[in-house]
Amino acid sequence: MTRLLAHDAILVSMAVVLFGIVAVPVAMRTGRRGLLPYAFAAVYTNFFLVSVAAVAMVYALVTHDFSVSYVAQVGGRATPLLFTVISLWGALEGSILFWAWVLSMYAAAVVWINSRRPGNLVPYAAATLLFVSFFFAILLVGPADPFGAVSPVPSDGPGPNPLLQNHILMAIHPPLLYLGYVGMSVPFAFAVGAMLSGEVETDDWMRITRRWTLSAWALLSAAIIAGMWWSYEVLGWGGYWAWDPVENASFLPWLTATAFLHSAMVQERRGMLRLWNLNLVVGTFLLTILGTFLTRSGIVSSVHAFTTGTIGYYFLAFIAIVMLASLALVAGNSERLRSTGRFDSAASRETVFLLNNLFLTAFMFTVLTGTLFPLVAEAIKGVKVSVGEPFFNRMSLPIVVTLLFLMGVGPALPWKAASKAELKAKLVPPAAGAGLMLVIALVAGARNVYALLAFAFAGYAAFANLREYWIGMRARRIAHGEGWGTALVRLVGGNRHRYGGYTAHLGVILVAFGIAASSTFRTEYEATIKPGETISLSGHTLRLKAMWGREEPQRSVVGATLEVMNGSMVKGTMEPRMNFYPMSQSPVPTPAVRSRFLGDLYVNLQAFRPDGSNATIRVIYEPLVPWIWFGGGVVVFGALIAIFPTGRRTDA
Amino acid sequence: MNWKRATIAAACVVPLIILFGYGLTRDPKDIPSPLPGHEASPFALAVFAPGQPPLNRAPGDTVRLAELKGQVVVLNFWASWCLSCRDEHQILSETAKSYAGKPVHFLGVLYNDEPGNGTQWIEQMGGQSYPSVTDPGARTAINYGLYGVPETYFLDASGRIAYKATGPVNERLIRHVVDSLMAVAAK
Repeated sequence: MTRLLAHDAILVSMAVVLFGIVAVPVAMRTGRRGLLPYAFAAVYTNFFLVSVAAVAMVYALVTHDFSVSYVAQVGGRATPLLFTVISLWGALEGSILFWAWVLSMYAAAVVWINSRRPGNLVPYAAATLLFVSFFFAILLVGPADPFGAVSPVPSDGPGPNPLLQNHILMAIHPPLLYLGYVGMSVPFAFAVGAMLSGEVETDDWMRITRRWTLSAWALLSAAIIAGMWWSYEVLGWGGYWAWDPVENASFLPWLTATAFLHSAMVQERRGMLRLWNLNLVVGTFLLTILGTFLTRSGIVSSVHAFTTGTIGYYFLAFIAIVMLASLALVAGNSERLRSTGRFDSAASRETVFLLNNLFLTAFMFTVLTGTLFPLVAEAIKGVKVSVGEPFFNRMSLPIVVTLLFLMGVGPALPWKAASKAELKAKLVPPAAGAGLMLVIALVAGARNVYALLAFAFAGYAAFANLREYWIGMRARRIAHGEGWGTALVRLVGGNRHRYGGYTAHLGVILVAFGIAASSTFRTEYEATIKPGETISLSGHTLRLKAMWGREEPQRSVVGATLEVMNGSMVKGTMEPRMNFYPMSQSPVPTPAVRSRFLGDLYVNLQAFRPDGSNATIRVIYEPLVPWIWFGGGVVVFGALIAIFPTGRRTDA
Repeated sequence: MNWKRATIAAACVVPLIILFGYGLTRDPKDIPSPLPGHEASPFALAVFAPGQPPLNRAPGDTVRLAELKGQVVVLNFWASWCLSCRDEHQILSETAKSYAGKPVHFLGVLYNDEPGNGTQWIEQMGGQSYPSVTDPGARTAINYGLYGVPETYFLDASGRIAYKATGPVNERLIRHVVDSLMAVAAK
């Protein structure tokens, strides 16, 4: 019943969507604008129908309706309710359904907000979103049908993948990721809409989608950080990033979207980089689809890869159509995209933005090359290779260091051209921040050139961005006689775009410090100890108090209770665990993390004697890792500042 | 239309699409298994599902690999919670039946599951022609380097692993492998 309802909802939605896709160009070509409200209604109806399917799926999951193939695949009676609900995105078919749902929601919201705008841009953008929706609907009735019939009906299912039911972040990271990923379809749809409707010269598409792009970017940033955090809290290896294809897939569009956020300002301010921006928006969307293709088709080996079938061919056809069509559109419109401004001086903010774009794009191409290289190697030489962390680290460090430096230079420079005196006044003082961080890093024992440069340039950028606040606040104090607090609030409130950006910079710098410190100064130690014995690492002593085990409905848990010692005083306890799921071959660890301002004590239970007489414990000291999570929060906060409607605009 | 730009874009995009198309024909996880050609790990496992005559074995009987020497052995790892096992169940059962009386022995190995669930599943699926055994602690599965279920191992008459199939098997594959192994044994 639920199954058929949901299945039919998707089928009907396909007809509705198809109508919308046809109605828009017909209305435009024949001048029957009366059709447009119906096309918009198709967008809302699609949202309603896909919602019906998604809610039906959640209902089937919660009621353990194992006659639905997806429920039989990921459901389990012993699984706690929360993880049952979120297994909606735990496997291929459900994740495609969730994707389609988010997309239909975005489309409905975009049309709701912009439907009154005259002109052809919004209808064409809506048609573009419907086109993407149609593709996902095809997947849902074809290779990724979550509503297949299972007969005979099993009495129970295996439950979700143990890794996905082991941490609350699984309820947060995937939705954020989908919201960010799918959100990138909105600027893409408007870019395509602008090209189709011939309104590309007006830059309206960019103004309309500014907040959409920023929101999607903020969500994607948060999702990447949450993913890092999840892997840190769940996988037990003490790391948070491994350049796995699926991580790269989320990072690639982030890079181009970040580039776009900067180069869009150049277009708004100076009327330059129009064609480039169009390419970035189209590229970002293509990268989201490419990333989905890579992780859903099983084309590259990844720890996250979903089970595969024929879905890869559908994605390939879709990517080919979207790539060729959008590139043809861009090429067809490129003659109209003349720059109205030009670069006046090398010493200007737009030049730094241009460099920032070059490096971000180079970063994207580097990561893309590394991700696809195994495929190229097999195609050309017929050999199986894997590209590991050393490649990515070596290639990305120079780029990251340069970007950190540019992040300090950009905010300091004015638009158009800076005089020599201005340059000196703006660029020299932040060197104090660089020097300070360099000394701290040297004293702490860093010797690697890139590590030192990363600390120094992050210090430079931190100083430069903070200084912008300080200069602005001081000016307000002098001009209006305000206190520091009032000055800060009014300064930021009066120019949200700019100070939101600086806040996001500070967040990125915090993340950079966290990554640089934890990869440079990380120490670890592993030992097998008996209850009562201690294990020590860089000034931290842990005593194994006891081993314990307990049965839970869906798993068995074995844990170690360790006391954090300060001399003979007990400061606290840590309980790393191992979880055994009946359907999983290997146990899933739950490391214990004790976070302090300067770093984390990270403890993982590696092995134990069944009688509890000893345990193998790995202790890792992870300096500044909490800064990464906090920095991610600051980035999102910065984006929120910039997203909020600006009451009045002062000079930026 | 700016044809120069369009050409450059096409020159970048078309090879990429071809590369992906090629990639879809490859399986990155298909790292050549080191097992084929090697002696199969011995096992002695208890029957929990007897199968149907003439292939049946009494429940509780111990099936030893050693006693199957001289026969082709088809070892199918499955579980009641495994969805793809449903796809191949009928095929395996029917094909095994058609080989009755030939020097071929089909054996199901229950993986990470309760025998009770296994028996119930077989009943629901309309019976299984050949017997299934339990694998306490998944020891045999580990010895065979099982990656997931279903996986099917084809052992030749001399007790070596000749072929390993990952995922559900089809009738053509079973017949092809079993027939060629029997032909080799007959020589």
